[in-house]
Amino acid sequence: MSTTIATRDKAPRRRGDVIFAGIARGAGIAILVALAGVALFLTLEGFPALGASGAALDGAANFLDYVWPLVFGTLLAAILALLIATPLAIGVALVIAFYTPRRISGVVGYMIDLLAAVPSVVYGLWGIAFLGPQLKPLYQWLEEYLGFLPFFAGPASSTGRTILTASIVLAIMVLPIITAISREIFTQTPQLHMEAAMALGATRWEMIKLSVFPYARSGMVSATMLGLGRALGETMAVAMVLSASGVVTFNLISSTNPSTIAANIALNFPEATGLKVNALIASGLVLFVITFAVNFAARAIVARTERERS
Amino acid sequence: MKRTSFRRAIVPGVAVIALAAGLSACGAGNEDSGSSSDSGLSGTLTGEGSSAQEAAQTAWRAGFQGENSGVTVNYTPSGSGAGREKFIAGAVDFAGSDSYLKDDDEATELSDAKERCGGEDPVEVPAYVSPIAVVYNLPGVDTLNLSAETIGKIFNEKITTWNDPAIKQENPDADLPSTKITPVHRSDESGTTENFTDYLEKASDGGWPHEKDKLWPLKSGEAAQGTSGVIQAVKEGEGSIGYADESQVGDLQVASIKVGEEYVAPSAEAAAKVLAVSPRAETATDVSMAIDVDRTTTESGAYPLLLASYLIACQHYDDQATADLVKGYLTYVISEEGQQTAADNAGSAPLDAELADEANGIVSQISAK
Repeated sequence: MSTTIATRDKAPRRRGDVIFAGIARGAGIAILVALAGVALFLTLEGFPALGASGAALDGAANFLDYVWPLVFGTLLAAILALLIATPLAIGVALVIAFYTPRRISGVVGYMIDLLAAVPSVVYGLWGIAFLGPQLKPLYQWLEEYLGFLPFFAGPASSTGRTILTASIVLAIMVLPIITAISREIFTQTPQLHMEAAMALGATRWEMIKLSVFPYARSGMVSATMLGLGRALGETMAVAMVLSASGVVTFNLISSTNPSTIAANIALNFPEATGLKVNALIASGLVLFVITFAVNFAARAIVARTERERS
Repeated sequence: MKRTSFRRAIVPGVAVIALAAGLSACGAGNEDSGSSSDSGLSGTLTGEGSSAQEAAQTAWRAGFQGENSGVTVNYTPSGSGAGREKFIAGAVDFAGSDSYLKDDDEATELSDAKERCGGEDPVEVPAYVSPIAVVYNLPGVDTLNLSAETIGKIFNEKITTWNDPAIKQENPDADLPSTKITPVHRSDESGTTENFTDYLEKASDGGWPHEKDKLWPLKSGEAAQGTSGVIQAVKEGEGSIGYADESQVGDLQVASIKVGEEYVAPSAEAAAKVLAVSPRAETATDVSMAIDVDRTTTESGAYPLLLASYLIACQHYDDQATADLVKGYLTYVISEEGQQTAADNAGSAPLDAELADEANGIVSQISAK
């Protein structure tokens, strides 16, 4: 009696197992196929641009000359954004995890998550119409008093649509990603570690320094890298906010700024024809490779710190 | 227990599906009743191209669909280049383009379009003519007169302050401040930039040393995305100057440009006047009205800084229905009514009667093979 029930129970479960395994495997393969498809498309379509020169590349002598200022702009904007966002995000995550009562921290966390739900076009509009004009006096001040630094050589933009403004917008956009992941990891710090630190007479800051940060380091790195990925690929907000001229410069407050790969594609694709389309796609491939490398590096760092700990 | 929760979940779902089905049935019903249209035209017409034409196309579509209730016109304003490409590939029935088709070292669009149209010359008619305004933001200076040479030097960043002698000389009465000039240009490729730089190249007597280009040739200056971006940047930045479709300038200050010995403000009539006296391009045929705008005209009251946007179609289509639709739509667009609709809604300049007649003659020949 009991055996028949057991087999009857087992048979449907096995079928479910098979179906579920099939679906899961299918999902995994689909992702790989999609990624390979994108890489293949970018390579095939971008290839003709590698030998191009002149008009199709906006007057650049070869593809490397064309894409280099864009790569520079992409990295500059993303790194500036991370310089602003990372300390801020980790601070916010610490506040949520350790410094506020649970009830308030829940609300703050929810608010931060809400930032991730705002569409990038809206950030773009906000950057042009509000943030840029607000930052104008700051840029004038920087030019006047810190103009001896190459970053603030000026002349200060009269509209505030500079790479620094774009980076601040980007920073706000990547803030929720870094905050959410850091917060998760902070709250997973073993209670015993923290209590041990406290028992040794550590203040709350020392406790965080001694027990939370070492535990969360790899998580913080991967959170930052995910944020970097988002900042590298962000298109719409940058295209709208940035006054881009395609130059290579470290001057952060003038209206002559480097463009980014993603923004350059968005701006020029609509009117592009022929070889120009190939050039844009090839620049997309470069961005693809950069983001891939960033993620790869993040993985490597995480894996290494985990190995060290174990 | 489990059962109830399942049912609780599924009932609203079923209700939603039922409602959706009911609504779509309603929609279909409406379409059916509409297909018995007055003109006998029905079906779907698809076009793609110039984003400058977007506002006008929306108005034309509404007007045309109002007259022919069985017709649906779709126009995707994804840019002139994309429109021409899709037209050549046969993906759309007609294209809107800010420049006429031509063959050059970059692309062979004219030959390709010819091939798409079964070896016949493609139809090209000007449909949307709009003056480009030079806008500026300078509180206290309500009128500003500029020659093409001065505009060229300003945008080439050779004249950098508003009280420069060259500007002063043209505006003896204005109280010009020493504010820094910030020239604003488009950061995306655009027909507006192409027409603006074409004007500067031809009319500025060397004040603008660059060739015409869809993409701004200088690697400096303030760049903004789209017409609205330029307007926004000029509005925000005191001392800035930019160029934008005249219909979009809103309450910004607009400069008058020097034509012959007088200064002319942008207007629909002044732009239409230039088009009427401009010569045809080399690629013009019996069915193609490709025009090389005369940027250096000295005609009194003419405004040569303008954008002429074309509709591109084939002379013959494979099936009767498409041919009728293209012919019907293009005829409407070029008609006095269509041009007036665009002028009211998009601020464009209605075609000159002579040009409209010629375009009408070409479009009326569109037919099935």
